[in-house]
Amino acid sequence: MYIIVVGGGRLGYYLLKALLNEGHEVLLLEKDARICRNIIEEMGSVCYRGDGCEAATLAEVGTGRADMMVAVTGDDEDNLVACQVAKHKYNVPRTIARIRNPQNATLFKKLGIDVTVSTTDIILEAIEREVPTHPLTHLLTIEEKGQVIVDVKISPESTTVGKAVKELSLPKESRLVLVIPSEGNTHVPSRNTVLRAGDQIIAVTTPESKEALRAALRGV
Amino acid sequence: MKVVIMGCGRVGARLASLLDTDGHTVTVLDNDTYSFRRLPPTFGGTALFGNGIDEEALKRAGIEEADVFVALTQGDNRNVMSCQIAKHIFNVPRVVCRIYDPLREEMYSALGLETISPTKVFAQLLKEKLEG
Repeated sequence: MYIIVVGGGRLGYYLLKALLNEGHEVLLLEKDARICRNIIEEMGSVCYRGDGCEAATLAEVGTGRADMMVAVTGDDEDNLVACQVAKHKYNVPRTIARIRNPQNATLFKKLGIDVTVSTTDIILEAIEREVPTHPLTHLLTIEEKGQVIVDVKISPESTTVGKAVKELSLPKESRLVLVIPSEGNTHVPSRNTVLRAGDQIIAVTTPESKEALRAALRGV
Repeated sequence: MKVVIMGCGRVGARLASLLDTDGHTVTVLDNDTYSFRRLPPTFGGTALFGNGIDEEALKRAGIEEADVFVALTQGDNRNVMSCQIAKHIFNVPRVVCRIYDPLREEMYSALGLETISPTKVFAQLLKEKLEG
């Protein structure tokens, strides 16, 4: 696969490395001459100095035959424009943009960018996961299905402790997948599984039902 | 009419002042308050601190009621992005975008944005002046 990466910051650098290791044909576009030189010295001629938002640069690097464009500069507007030029001028089939402002996800989708990755959201989720008092943690979004996988912790104060799964009024789009108890073996819950304090429950739900699921699993 | 201008540089400030004089309701947005020094003392509109690619800032500037949005920052990409927000998220009836790079200007014009490339316009003007 021929992949064009725009932006030679830390993210672009490691992405370039990873994609090369997977055996793809990769070219990094970077405006800064010094960064370009360093990358070429280290990895060979896999970096081209130029502005990835400029149609002329994209023409020179053969964007017309690229299978994918990944724009990972630190500026949302630059990533948007690089992907739009690739998509509309060179018909690149798949465009991926990094975004820093999570709000831009909707806009970018509307404007035809295939995938957005919000670095802010990813870091927030990772930190939330480490905050022990947080009752619901977002683990994964399955975008095509509009579903999320979450982790709900049952604390000693939860009014659902001692109740069986069938007694809970779970939102109907939700499925409990796994129970990880504080002691004992991880198991797949059935209707008769009784909730205990310290249980960690992995569930599939929709973004809209997340809060209802948390309330149903933990009581008040 | 109600106009929101993003970018209070020389052109932005001048346009704001001209429209204000003609009796339009003008809000100028800039992410550097020092830029507002360019507005004349008689300017009767609103000068607002904020980033024009941020939907919240645009809302504060009254983009939801605006008839016209004009993007005049130094960055082509910022202009392009804010104009697309104005057009596709807030459905502003008229959106005008300054894009210095003629190639980018052609592409976004083909995509349905109302664009002006000062590079193209000014080069053409100079050529006509010199040849004529």
